[in-house]
Amino acid sequence: MTKRTFVRKRYWNEPEMGWYEKAYLPEILRGLAITGGVFLRNMAKWMTGKKGALTTYYPEETRWDYARGNRGKHVLVQRPDGSPQCIACNLCATVCPAKVIEIEAAFDPADAAHPKYPARFEIDYSRCVFCGLCVEACPEDAIRMEKEVPAFPSPDRHAMWLSKEELLTWKPARDAAKPYPPRPEGAKDRP
Amino acid sequence: MLADLVVAVLFIVYAISVLMGFGTILTWVERKQAAVMADRIGANRAYIRIPGTQVKLVWWGLFHGMADGLKMLVKEDWKPRTYDWYAYAVAPWVVFTPVLLVFAVIPFGGMLTPAKLFAPLAAWFGDKSYPMQIANLDGGLLIIFAFSGMTIIGAMLAGWSSSNKFSLLGALRAGSQMISYELVLGLTVLGLILVYGTVNLDEMVRHQSGTVLGFLPAWGIVYQPFAATLFLTAAIAENKRIPFDLPEAESELIAGYYTEYSAMKMGLFMFAEFIEIAIIGALFTTLFLGGYNLPFMNDGGFAFPGGATLGMPHGAVVVTQLGVFLLKVFVMCSFQILIRWSLPRFRYDQVLAFAWKFLFPLALANLVVTAVVMWALGK
Repeated sequence: MTKRTFVRKRYWNEPEMGWYEKAYLPEILRGLAITGGVFLRNMAKWMTGKKGALTTYYPEETRWDYARGNRGKHVLVQRPDGSPQCIACNLCATVCPAKVIEIEAAFDPADAAHPKYPARFEIDYSRCVFCGLCVEACPEDAIRMEKEVPAFPSPDRHAMWLSKEELLTWKPARDAAKPYPPRPEGAKDRP
Repeated sequence: MLADLVVAVLFIVYAISVLMGFGTILTWVERKQAAVMADRIGANRAYIRIPGTQVKLVWWGLFHGMADGLKMLVKEDWKPRTYDWYAYAVAPWVVFTPVLLVFAVIPFGGMLTPAKLFAPLAAWFGDKSYPMQIANLDGGLLIIFAFSGMTIIGAMLAGWSSSNKFSLLGALRAGSQMISYELVLGLTVLGLILVYGTVNLDEMVRHQSGTVLGFLPAWGIVYQPFAATLFLTAAIAENKRIPFDLPEAESELIAGYYTEYSAMKMGLFMFAEFIEIAIIGALFTTLFLGGYNLPFMNDGGFAFPGGATLGMPHGAVVVTQLGVFLLKVFVMCSFQILIRWSLPRFRYDQVLAFAWKFLFPLALANLVVTAVVMWALGK
């Protein structure tokens, strides 16, 4: 067997270094000057009371530049009388990939138009992925998402559930829901 | 006699608290400086709550060091089923102790005359004065090399006794790297010894309080700028930090020679590394940056190049010298951290080639040039 000499492969983007780069020390000093310059610049900002970092200091600070179409929090749409438009069909809870929606349906025989209504409607924000599929799934346009984010986080994960009362705080005047027949006399009072 | 003992104990307590303080603070400084260099905020969540109130002291995350120490103390002290438990148990201390001992010969201040400091002490101390240094030895520099060479033994012991292949590889790398760079370290300092004509560190510092060429402070870095660069490079390699952290390269060897150590034993290795940063800073300050003195300053006050002098009271001199020494050491530590977070790691063959083919010949050339110049000047 003949002994083959090893030939190193040359790459097309191999760095070409002149004597200056090969001397190593000037380039090291240049690198140190760059990092040291960044350090001094940021340090001067901290010293003068400004923020010298790109990091958002999360629970204390939130970013100002949420996207215009950001979907951060669920709202339940109300009828003109203030009851939720939800008919407790459970479609949103079924489609939810993170399984964060919990609905407990109740029956109101006095309201003939929509006898089924949610007695409990809760969303667990510790697991919500904000995909918006619940909004897509809703046949009654009863759940929507708005730009604001709920005032989380919390050190207690049980504090990260939003109940029906909190979801019903959205009362748009312009977008009053579809014209429904007036509420019959004697219908159960639904908060 | 008792007075001497009191002063000695005071110096030892001061030196140890300075070293421990630097070791603790530097863990925080390293994280925080790295964060500021990278446009981040850095460690800032650990806090101490004043009991009974909701007042949380955050103090820019200074308590993260304490939290780390506590974590290491309460962690499980896991041991490998190694056949050499004695070497395994002794190794962290063999690394840690010499690092502390090195500081014994480094002067952290000039002459201290207690009688001049506080009048009531005159009856007790008379006019005795003490150099602010634990041990004023004639062979100070040699002691430093003797002790800092001992840390290799600890690293080798740790790697061998762990009976782990990563540890052994790390130990072998540590051994060859540290011996190579020890040589460079010694050669760079030889030039300085030629200039000063002594290896007593206190006399070296006194020599640096004058002027050279009429206006420059007679610092070692002015006499030997080249040696200063080589010395700092070799010292960082001695300390096994990036860009020379091959013995403990995380991405290759997990943690190198202390892979099998856990809890506070591992903490000792880390702590020794951080104290060694301070030691390197102190050594560089003493040898090249005029030690505990400001430029043109001596034990009596300032003597400016123009011939003007400015006397200072003894108390002011002592406080200035202690403060200036700490400040210089801190700046050097910060510079080492800057290097550690700026440069990428070498390959292992590059580390050794760098020592033997680049630093070693340069150190020799520096020594030869210094010797010739000193001979030409007739000293």
